[in-house]
Amino acid sequence: MNKIVSLICGMIFGIGLVISEMINPEKVLGFLNIFRDWDPSLAFVMIGALIVSTPVFHLFKNKNKPLFSSNFSIPTNKQIGKKLIFGSVFFGAGWGLIGFCPGPAISSIALLNMSSAIFVVSMFIGFYIASKIN
Amino acid sequence: MNIVNFTPLSALTGGLLIGLSVAIFFILNGRMIGISGIASDFLISKDNRIENLLFLVGLILGPLISNFTSSQEINMSISNSLILLITGGALVGFGTKLSDGCTSGHGISGISRFSLRSIIATITFMLVGILTVLITEIL
Repeated sequence: MNKIVSLICGMIFGIGLVISEMINPEKVLGFLNIFRDWDPSLAFVMIGALIVSTPVFHLFKNKNKPLFSSNFSIPTNKQIGKKLIFGSVFFGAGWGLIGFCPGPAISSIALLNMSSAIFVVSMFIGFYIASKIN
Repeated sequence: MNIVNFTPLSALTGGLLIGLSVAIFFILNGRMIGISGIASDFLISKDNRIENLLFLVGLILGPLISNFTSSQEINMSISNSLILLITGGALVGFGTKLSDGCTSGHGISGISRFSLRSIIATITFMLVGILTVLITEIL
């Protein structure tokens, strides 16, 4: 059952990226371009998502167990160190360079665009290199 | 600064759907969604591999479903510079794996949990993203 949930949640997430146009790197770069012509849309996407996810998380986090899994798995790492900061700096630089973060990049594979494919393959290589360093 | 291309209604609607996906996944499967985590775990870890793969498949099916149900074409405008795409992709992959999260994992799931770590990560990647766009505009 949790496999079907995964598939459906992926679909809902992907449709959300299309409706909000976050699948379009130009739209994301428009948000990051605060000094010239600014497009605040991305902030509204985050607000929309947080309005739903925040109350649901706090309502359910102390429940015994999720419906289709044996336990809740909530990140416990609280360390604010070099890895967090440098990682976020690298990510921000790549994000600002192209306008893709992981979700929209993977989702955009559906549009059969060569640039998306090159970006996603490079991203997976990046995952792999970082996992070897950890 | 001028406000341009602002689409608050579709942004909010799409955001609500993304939040719904995060909420359902947590209530039913017990995990908080972070796309970089799901994608890199699929590559590296044997745990939940099928679930992670199916989530990524769903993510790719999303635009196809939208194409069937809506007459509106999906716009995508992206750099075609090979060097920029490889550099950008590698930085995004390396950085999100190193800091354990991306726009969804830190920006949505982490902030939902009021995680200080995620708030700091989100502020950092947003500021660096803004700075990067500023630099590329100047160059």
